[in-house]
Amino acid sequence: MRALEVEGLARHFGEREALSGVSVSLEMGQTLVVFGPNGAGKTTLLRVLASLLRPHAGDVRVLGSTLPVNAWEVRGRVGLLGHEPLLYRELTARENLMFHARLHGVGASRVSEVLDAVAMSARCQEPLRSLSRGMVQRVAIARAVLHDPQLLLLDEPHSNLDPAAVELVAPLIGAASGRARVICSHDPAGGLAQADRVLGLREGRQVLWGEHASPQQIAELYR
Amino acid sequence: MSGKGLRTLSIATVVVMAGALALVFFYAPLEAEQGFLQKIFYVHVPLAIVTLSGFVIGGLLAIQHLRTGDGRWDMRSYVVIHMSLIFGVGTIITGSIWAKGSWGHWWVWNEPTLVSFLIILLLYATYQPLRFAIEDPERQSRYASVFAITAGAFVPMNFLAVRLSTAYLHPRVLGSTSNLPGSMALTFLVSLAGIALLFATLCTYELTAKRTRAQVRALRRALLGEGTGPRAARGRSAVPALHNPPAAAAGAAIRRGG
Amino acid sequence: MRRAVGALLRKELLVELRTLESVPAMSLFSLTTFVVFHFALNRTSVEGDLAAGILWVTLLFAAILGINRLFVADADQGGFDGFLLAPVDRTAMLIAKALTLLAYLLVLEIVAVPAFALLLLAGSLGRALPGLVWVLLLADIGIAAIGTLVAALAVRTRARDLLGPLLALPLLVPVVIGGARASSPLFTLPRSGGPAARWLLTLGLYDLIFGLIAFALFDFLLED
Repeated sequence: MRALEVEGLARHFGEREALSGVSVSLEMGQTLVVFGPNGAGKTTLLRVLASLLRPHAGDVRVLGSTLPVNAWEVRGRVGLLGHEPLLYRELTARENLMFHARLHGVGASRVSEVLDAVAMSARCQEPLRSLSRGMVQRVAIARAVLHDPQLLLLDEPHSNLDPAAVELVAPLIGAASGRARVICSHDPAGGLAQADRVLGLREGRQVLWGEHASPQQIAELYR
Repeated sequence: MSGKGLRTLSIATVVVMAGALALVFFYAPLEAEQGFLQKIFYVHVPLAIVTLSGFVIGGLLAIQHLRTGDGRWDMRSYVVIHMSLIFGVGTIITGSIWAKGSWGHWWVWNEPTLVSFLIILLLYATYQPLRFAIEDPERQSRYASVFAITAGAFVPMNFLAVRLSTAYLHPRVLGSTSNLPGSMALTFLVSLAGIALLFATLCTYELTAKRTRAQVRALRRALLGEGTGPRAARGRSAVPALHNPPAAAAGAAIRRGG
Repeated sequence: MRRAVGALLRKELLVELRTLESVPAMSLFSLTTFVVFHFALNRTSVEGDLAAGILWVTLLFAAILGINRLFVADADQGGFDGFLLAPVDRTAMLIAKALTLLAYLLVLEIVAVPAFALLLLAGSLGRALPGLVWVLLLADIGIAAIGTLVAALAVRTRARDLLGPLLALPLLVPVVIGGARASSPLFTLPRSGGPAARWLLTLGLYDLIFGLIAFALFDFLLED
């Protein structure tokens, strides 16, 4: 089973084509890094793969399940970390994670485990609105990996994180985690270093795709 | 619908409506109590019936839209509902005139039909603002369909509740069609047919106009070639967008005769 | 499904307890409205139709406050996405939210009805109470069903604060009619019979029809 098999994916919003003709593939455990300027369709791609948006054309298979028909199979095996932490500000870290844990059928011990892993156990009883953005991001990462997903969809995962925190979460969402990953990144050097596959998007179209790319090619995208 | 079907429908409408008018003025007897004013009943009641049926049909079309995901059903639902709203305003106006003439008031509360009608119109008046408030066209269509179905189910429910709650003053027209003397019944039925045809024709006109406009847009895109890049999003609109088929398919559709 | 509904309910109640956004506002609003009615009508006590009307209009507008707030936290804080990513039936959200709204309405009524009896109602409420409870319960179910559907519809539009009431008010008219007509005999002196059966049936019919409709249509509001 491959992590991703996408052929000719298209998604439009009214008359605006957010994605067209995107074709990628990814094996289990591998990392796909997506580059592109703002508005290129990176977030849309991630949301389609997460089954939050339905594809309007093309064949999309995530972890062996076809979207949108078998989207329900995909949920629970995919972890999404987007721009929003998807957490309630009035609740504590522990309460937020317990909520997601119950939805995913995961136990309280796992919640404690991930809170430890992101070093938030000490402050897990404070409402999220009193925490710094970096801490909220760490809790969001905890939420994304809580249910031990086989595929991670990460939209600029290191935003708001200091280098120490980046190292801290590496076992959870980094290459060492062993999960298949799709990462949207604006950092050519760091991104290329961990990429098994590289995808370049511009205005929804696939302009770059392969096993490697040079920094110049990435820079071209942003021209 | 192609030009030919539309023409037939229009002619049929004109013929039936002319017939109805003739019957109303020359054939139907003058009613004893209300005199000439009563003749407004031949306009008011068919308008009411067509309006309410229109709303319910709008709901049924919306069900089809949700079931198939085909945007054309939503377009039909939209046109039918907004035409019904217009006919509904006509109903209230003719009803008001009748009320003033018969009972001396422009508005009466203690008859359920007019009151339910007002509530229903108030509800459907939110249909277009609702559509306008949603930018993403697919979501707009979907939410509008959810509304149309809920509101369509509401129409009979509302009538039931209001009718149960008031003593009626409103002449019981529908139940008593059998009580109408033959000449009145005939006139009524012809009027009803005329107004129903008018509704159908106007809806068809509007649908055809929208469809044609969409085809022209697609043709223009096809002629300009595909290399024009992603299209700019169009401005906010309450009107459902007919799908932007890729240029090749649009060309094929037009060659087929659309 | 039950697990999901349970998780959602817990989250709802926790958030409400922390923010106290809905229930206190609804209750306070109803109390203030009774005072306003006293001055507007220039009456110290009301009975029959007038009493029923005042109570139901007040409950209706207080309910609208709750409906407006129902999905706001979820829409603003990414709660929809978090839920949609979970391997649970989408209808669980409808059920959880409707139960939440129902709970808010019940708490509202526990405050508003005694306040109403104290401030405005002629005679004591005692004998009318059992009948009134039935009417309130049936009406609340209808408000919860339609309220949740309309709230979900309105929250993801631009004019969410405006559209919610505009959509909900006409749709809830049968509930107001049923509720008011059913409770009117309960508020007339002398207190005699119970609510008319046909109004309870009307309310029940409304609950059934719109409950089913909400159930059938809710998923379409969440998907993209």
